[in-house]
Amino acid sequence: MNNPIWQPRIVAFFCTWCTYTAADLAGVSRMKYAANVRVIRVMCSGRVDPQFVMDALAKGADGVLIGGCHPNDCHYAEGNYKMLRRFRLLQRMLTDLGIETERVRLEWISAAEGEKVKTVINDMVEKIKAMGPLNLPGRFQEWDREMDSLEHAATQPKESEKPHAH
Amino acid sequence: MQMDNQKAEVRIGFYACHCGSNIAGMVDVVEVAKKAGKLPHVVLSRDYKYMCSDPGQELIAQDIKEHKLNRIVVASCSPLLHEHTFRTATEKGGLNPFYFHMVNIREHNSWVHTDRQEATEKAYALTQAAIRRVAHHKALEVKKVKIEPSVLIVGGGIAGIHAALTMAEAGKKVYLVEREPTIGGHMAKFDKTFPTLDCAACILTPKMSTVGSHPNITLWTYSEVAKVEGFVGNYKVTVKRKPRYIIEDACVGCMECIKSCVYKEPKFADEFNEGLGKRKPVYIPFPQATPQVVLIDPETCLQLKTGKCKKTCVEACADRHAIDFNQKEEFIDIQVGTVIVATGFKTFDAERLPQYGYGVHKNVYTALEVERLVNASGPTGGHVVMRDGQEPKSVGIIHCVGSRDKKTNRWCSRVCCMYSMKLAHLIKEHTGAEVYSFYIDMRTPGKGYEEFYDKLLEEGVQFIRGRVGEVTDWAYAPGEDGKLVIRVEDTLAGYVRRIPVDMVVLASGLEPHKDSQDVRRLFNMSCSTEGFFLERHPKLAPVSTFTEGVFIAGCCQGPRDIPDTVAQAGAAAAEALVLIDKGSVELEPNTAYILEQECSGCKSCIPLCPYTAIAFAEDRNKAVINEALCKGCGTCVASCPSGSIVQNLFEDEEIFKEIEGVLAYE
Repeated sequence: MNNPIWQPRIVAFFCTWCTYTAADLAGVSRMKYAANVRVIRVMCSGRVDPQFVMDALAKGADGVLIGGCHPNDCHYAEGNYKMLRRFRLLQRMLTDLGIETERVRLEWISAAEGEKVKTVINDMVEKIKAMGPLNLPGRFQEWDREMDSLEHAATQPKESEKPHAH
Repeated sequence: MQMDNQKAEVRIGFYACHCGSNIAGMVDVVEVAKKAGKLPHVVLSRDYKYMCSDPGQELIAQDIKEHKLNRIVVASCSPLLHEHTFRTATEKGGLNPFYFHMVNIREHNSWVHTDRQEATEKAYALTQAAIRRVAHHKALEVKKVKIEPSVLIVGGGIAGIHAALTMAEAGKKVYLVEREPTIGGHMAKFDKTFPTLDCAACILTPKMSTVGSHPNITLWTYSEVAKVEGFVGNYKVTVKRKPRYIIEDACVGCMECIKSCVYKEPKFADEFNEGLGKRKPVYIPFPQATPQVVLIDPETCLQLKTGKCKKTCVEACADRHAIDFNQKEEFIDIQVGTVIVATGFKTFDAERLPQYGYGVHKNVYTALEVERLVNASGPTGGHVVMRDGQEPKSVGIIHCVGSRDKKTNRWCSRVCCMYSMKLAHLIKEHTGAEVYSFYIDMRTPGKGYEEFYDKLLEEGVQFIRGRVGEVTDWAYAPGEDGKLVIRVEDTLAGYVRRIPVDMVVLASGLEPHKDSQDVRRLFNMSCSTEGFFLERHPKLAPVSTFTEGVFIAGCCQGPRDIPDTVAQAGAAAAEALVLIDKGSVELEPNTAYILEQECSGCKSCIPLCPYTAIAFAEDRNKAVINEALCKGCGTCVASCPSGSIVQNLFEDEEIFKEIEGVLAYE
């Protein structure tokens, strides 16, 4: 993160039927978009466990993008709706954690919408660049140090108490 | 590298593909391979020109044996393209094919990025993810599903007919469902076909009657697919049979009922003739309709509308008792192994372009209407006459109506240039009229097509290059009175012309059906942005869809002419035959299972499953997944509060490792 030109890191979960295929189409059509997104393929957006999202953020992602089929178009009938429900809960959780909700984004991108993959990724990279790094791993370290020093501070007076007791 | 004692040592082989310059042009493949070689458990790391080539695949198989590799990662194109190839190569080397994982550094990387360093970094990050993930892969068994040796063909145009005959001849059970009362589709309406000028009916109707009488074909016209469930090999389909108020098995096609209808003269617009002819409430769309069964239109039949009629038709039908005014919609369930969707197209609605005056000026026709006018079995018996009964002395044919236009449809409809020339020839032949053809570009790619164009030039058809601005009846120059004036910029001559004609023909383009979205959802297919059904791969899988066992043929996939449609229908039939003759299909073993010792019996997964694959074992207080019903979406896995559901190929641990991997780069 000390890099002078900071680049956001975005982890994406794309369903294999719609959004992953759309990203393939964007490739075949030689569309150009920002290189910040790393795609993890899942069978259905319904497979995306909120833990994946939290884990990605905890491990240093600045944003998470979830891509699924449009409502009514899910290959598995309704997996995308399940994702939508979890997404709403996730947003509340992010707010409670003090993380901007815009860092986690859910998009419906059909297999034909290569263009949308491009615009969504470019837009998300722009927005996250404007937000700046999330740097949860760094913050965790900071909190650990804080805890350490608190612990240190808590143990020291104990020792200093000892002579008084005697 | 020593792992703990329980697990065998993980030995990963990594291969980065150049794909010629497709990947290597933007990603430093050599560098990725070099860095990957230093990652834990990676025993061997190579870069190679074309991994999917035979020597590339052989390399994997060889290395597995030589270097005792037990995990393979290939960074190349999309897994949707070559995952199967490399799994096979892995298997050839003696490993379980699921010890393989693929990294997409072409479609998702080299083709979409412009900065070499960024692209290389990304490729390396994705590689790290795969290498971390693959260590957790397990040996899996491929699940085999039996294929029902039957096919459902949706749409009875030339595509559906050809596919049906091919499959039926191969001895497979065919269900052909057609929405209209007869099969034949658009082709049945044509008089001649370009460029050979074969009579459409002569080449089509024998095929139609073969369909009607073939022992392996069940033909349901005036029917629609209402519901589709199941998956490849075992689709459960519900077909809705609309009431035609005729008992099909009892009707012999004598048409006595039509003769004896209380309406002495045909009175109602005839759909088959594009409304140019008239029919009675009881009718048969055209003489060679298949099946040879009449139908009654409830909108116009006195008995069905008012309940008061002498029912002379019933009298005429006599002891055949084929007429049933109480017929109701009927639903039939069938089981099929494969599906071919050949639902065709609709023509562009010319009224959407008011400047051409369709529906305003009575002598402006669509090409399909003129097809009926030149047809010997059409409403005028093949005489090209206008609505006032006069033969036109001059005709203007306007190309690209609703095609190649950002305001309407952007695509080229492919057939209009050719059919416009065919009509030009036929009109000239029938009437001797002066014919003007207004084109943007003349598109004649096909066997004998350019030669046909040459022939037309010799015949003296006047070709004028330019998109027509308007068709107007406002006359101001001599000779324009009572005529339609076509205003056009002649881009070859370089000036704006006014050409007075008697009759205007609009070469409307081809569009997806209005309800193509519903059909798409029914079969779980995808659509391109234009609304045509999307093929699995534009070049290598042109008749397959993303739904296993569902194939597409004809204009529902995009505009095309009859030869191409027939070729595609044959291809779709062949693909369906491959599946059926194989007898079974291998399914991705990505199903989910329950870790019983961890399941708390909370039942939260059970309502989530769209396939009701999860049951509850009351005796053990555990959820149980029926593997045969599970389709492997993983929704239950993501929702299990105790983490006791595992999805093969997409285990939590595998995905967590991937997350770790993609974020591990510096």
